[in-house]
Amino acid sequence: MLIPCPHCGPRDVAEFTYGGDATKERPNPDSATAEDWCDYVFHRDNPRGRHVEYWHHGQGCRLWLKVARDTVTHKIEGAEVVGPWAAAAPKQGRDVA
Amino acid sequence: MSGYRLSSGGQIDRARPLSFAFDGKRYQGYAGDTLASALLANGVDLFGRSFKYHRPRGLFSAGVEEPNALVTLRSGARAEPNTRATVVELYDGLEASSQNRWPSLAFDVMAMNQLAGPLFSAGFYYKTFMGPTRKAWMLYEYFIRKAAGLGAGTLLPDPDRYEEMNAFCDVLVVGAGPAGLMAATAAASSGARVILADEQSALGGNLRGSASAQENLAGLAALDNVTLLARTTVYGYYDDNTLGAVERVADHVAAPAEGQPRERHWTIRAKQVVLATGAIERPIIFGDNDKPGVMLADAGRLYVERHGVAPGRRVAVFANNDGAYRSVAALTTAGVAVSAIVDARREIGAEAQAIAAASGAELLLGQVVTRALGGQRLSGIEVAAFDPVQGARDGAQRQISADCLLVSGGWTPTIHLASQAGGPARWDDSLTAFLPGEASQPWRAAGACQGTLDSAACFAEGAQAGAEAARACGLSPNPVSLPGAKTEPLADVPLPVWDARPPHGKGKAFVDLQHDVTASDISLAHREGFRSVEHLKRYTTLGMATDQGKTSNVTGLALMARERKLSIPEVGTTRFRPPYTPVSLGALAGQARGSHFRPTRRTAMHDWHVENGAEMQAAGLWLRPRIYAQGSETVEQAYSREARQVRASVGMVDVSTLGKIDVQGLDAAEFLNRVYSNGFLKLPEGKARYGLMLREDGFLWDDGTTWRLSETQFLMTTTTANAAPVLSQLEFLLAAVWPELKVAVTSVTEQWAGMAVSGPKSREVLASVLDDLDMSNEALPFMGVRKGHLNGLPVLVARLSFSGELAYEVYCGAHHGEAVWSRILEAGKPFGMIPYGVEALGTLRIEKGHVAGPELDGRTTAEDLGLAGMTSRKKHYIGSSMLKREGLTDPARLKLVGFVSADGGKIRAGAHLVAANDTSSPPRSLGHITSTTYSPALEKYIALGLLEDGPERVGEKLVATYPLKNIDVDVEVVSSHFFDPEGSRMHV
Ligand SMILES: [Zn+2]
Repeated sequence: MLIPCPHCGPRDVAEFTYGGDATKERPNPDSATAEDWCDYVFHRDNPRGRHVEYWHHGQGCRLWLKVARDTVTHKIEGAEVVGPWAAAAPKQGRDVA
Repeated sequence: MSGYRLSSGGQIDRARPLSFAFDGKRYQGYAGDTLASALLANGVDLFGRSFKYHRPRGLFSAGVEEPNALVTLRSGARAEPNTRATVVELYDGLEASSQNRWPSLAFDVMAMNQLAGPLFSAGFYYKTFMGPTRKAWMLYEYFIRKAAGLGAGTLLPDPDRYEEMNAFCDVLVVGAGPAGLMAATAAASSGARVILADEQSALGGNLRGSASAQENLAGLAALDNVTLLARTTVYGYYDDNTLGAVERVADHVAAPAEGQPRERHWTIRAKQVVLATGAIERPIIFGDNDKPGVMLADAGRLYVERHGVAPGRRVAVFANNDGAYRSVAALTTAGVAVSAIVDARREIGAEAQAIAAASGAELLLGQVVTRALGGQRLSGIEVAAFDPVQGARDGAQRQISADCLLVSGGWTPTIHLASQAGGPARWDDSLTAFLPGEASQPWRAAGACQGTLDSAACFAEGAQAGAEAARACGLSPNPVSLPGAKTEPLADVPLPVWDARPPHGKGKAFVDLQHDVTASDISLAHREGFRSVEHLKRYTTLGMATDQGKTSNVTGLALMARERKLSIPEVGTTRFRPPYTPVSLGALAGQARGSHFRPTRRTAMHDWHVENGAEMQAAGLWLRPRIYAQGSETVEQAYSREARQVRASVGMVDVSTLGKIDVQGLDAAEFLNRVYSNGFLKLPEGKARYGLMLREDGFLWDDGTTWRLSETQFLMTTTTANAAPVLSQLEFLLAAVWPELKVAVTSVTEQWAGMAVSGPKSREVLASVLDDLDMSNEALPFMGVRKGHLNGLPVLVARLSFSGELAYEVYCGAHHGEAVWSRILEAGKPFGMIPYGVEALGTLRIEKGHVAGPELDGRTTAEDLGLAGMTSRKKHYIGSSMLKREGLTDPARLKLVGFVSADGGKIRAGAHLVAANDTSSPPRSLGHITSTTYSPALEKYIALGLLEDGPERVGEKLVATYPLKNIDVDVEVVSSHFFDPEGSRMHV
């Protein structure tokens, strides 16, 4: 599998570490309930088809990416850099979010 | 079968005779032979015994699809079981032996399994050994596994080397037959980088050895943009047009030459792929169709044309299509007599008729072979009239004498790679075959693998596919001239005949020869309700042998369709999985074996440690000194001496392997305050603090000291094991959770060498070597961090203690590591300073009750380890919310305490703690031991452990039991702070 890193270009999946479901947002600790935390830490959907995932380019630029990937075909629809460096590297493919 | 060598013909070199042995008997063959062709030429017809029934088996094919002739090649460390004799290239001195027979191939005791036939029918294992009779399996498994099986592998280490290669190309062409050759030629004309790979020993496929193919290949070989790979099987098609291939560099010689790998694994990333993988002939089922002498028709042709070997002296042919007539023509040309041609069709074309007439064979149209006759080898066939609707008729059988029967049931396109990278296979009714489905990756198929069997059409289709592939890469191919092939008048469209047995036919009719699955097994599975193709496959094991059913899949589906009264496409097919043919584990492992399995990390002082007698041990990827043994010291004696000397005077240990992360930015302190469970906002410059890190789920994760070097710069240390995961987590938090924080983190583990100088004399030693640091308690207090110089080299000195003694950590640039280390040791000489290893490091920390990896096992909380005071209640931090869960605050949780051996026995890590008076079996576990050592300070064996109501049990006597080794040690529960609980020694 090749992941189109916005910073480095298409790279082999072996350079990346899977970072899990990227649709989960960390709860606000000021207002979150125990259920919110339980959902964030433990509950994961296992979608068949499009899924938005975190991938860490640990053996490349070390940026965290959000990648929209089809879990059946492994086709990658798009990839973008997460965080304050996102603006520095153009999104790849279609919008992820 | 009475095969024999023809006096002329074939692509063998009669001037180069080769000597080889099969089952210890010596034979002679020629360069250009396979093991199969050479044995056939010597009249050998018995190659192996079948999987379940131990029936005698001979050659069935001339290629990778071979289900019968599996042999063990070579001996000793290079013994390789289950190699197909049909693809083993002959070399001088080759040794092979037959498999799955005892005591000999000709007389096999296990052939009695045949008498127990019904026992081994479909689902035998399930029926016999599940449910109430399951215990019987335990009893009989050994004997059954011994009776049914393949060759045995060697337990010796592989003496050969395997290489890995990564390749990138515009167009990968798989298969170098007529279509593949033209595809590569057309693609290469555009300047595209082309790889042409073929599993056979020479490129060309059916054109091998022809003048036109030689010329074509020579032209391709001369091009810089073309790589030709013979003996290279593309076995798997993976995501993003990545294909796996194995090149057998030295499998065709006795042993690889000096420096040569045995095999080379290729990972090929191609922009476009052309699949020209050809087709495999399929048989027709009849009674005792596994008899040695029954062979695929095209294999008969290949033995004659390629190897100059006649497959028999009285050859009969059984066909339902014109393909077999190509074999008849080849045999006739070579002077091999064909006695009879049995064709299920009532009418055949003029060309086929002419070939039959020229051969002088008796032509029996509208008839089929219903049974093979003979004992250990074929002696004749039974023939009966055939009706396309009713099938073969009972009775009125005619017998024909034959020692070889060439069978052709049509062609099965080799769609394995296409299936791995595409949608469901398409059924073609006229070819009665599955063709490649829709491509889900950029490939196109050409030639026989997509059902085109005529040579001229294969050339044209290949050229077109190659040109299209080049254009898809944005290149412009030139027109190529196609070799002048006359359009074949023979039609390979078969009459659908799958099972030629009459209603009451005799003999076992095999569908899957390698797994001994018969037509009646399929009927039985159907009667028992296994209707889905996936269920049938697993229940009968059809197509699940190492040949993956290359010659049996479609026939199996046809028989299923007959049972279910459906069409074959309605029954469906299973998806092919990699590998196409077996791949050796050596090729997959490549160089990643032994110490090369993973990288080795060495600290800057590694060479010094080794030169000074350190026994090195692995800590993750790192090598660390375990002990520096003197004379004949045991490990325990060595670390006791080292630890004693640290407490008595001074010692030094290499701590370079700790993870070191540089944390910088305006919000660095705020960031650390959110990451650690204890406070970091108010840590002043020039001070270090011990920090705890939790996981989001509230459990303890990592610990270490973090040093504030300036307002905006911190040096974080982590445990050796968590260096990489902690950095990834920090990067994640800064990217995904708190992008507003102005902080950057980077690993500096490799940049710093670190050493801990510990012991009451450590201050004096360092004061004498540091150029510019005031080492007094006032100038450098406990937890203080200072920048200074040693012999002019910049260093960081932090007053930290893991040992409980007055101690300092000295960090310097990794390139200065050994110089700084040596200089400090030299300065320590007057004090008897010693280097110490990780064993003594552990002893010192256990004596102090400090937790480490064995206690931070992912299941403990800060409170469990007596560190509740370090979890702030005044702020949010990673893990703070989940830490409040009931399960994590349950007072019944195991708590950290210390143990001393009450009977002088050595306590084992992992031992369970049980009450001394608990006589139940097994006794109830109250907890377990995590870390153990001999304590030179206490002169006792001591341990840390996790115990129910731990602190309340101090003073109690328990037993640390280790039932695996039957070791019980009486222990007393004590505080985990064994030594100097007030910490007075480090605050001097
Ligand atoms: Zn990258």
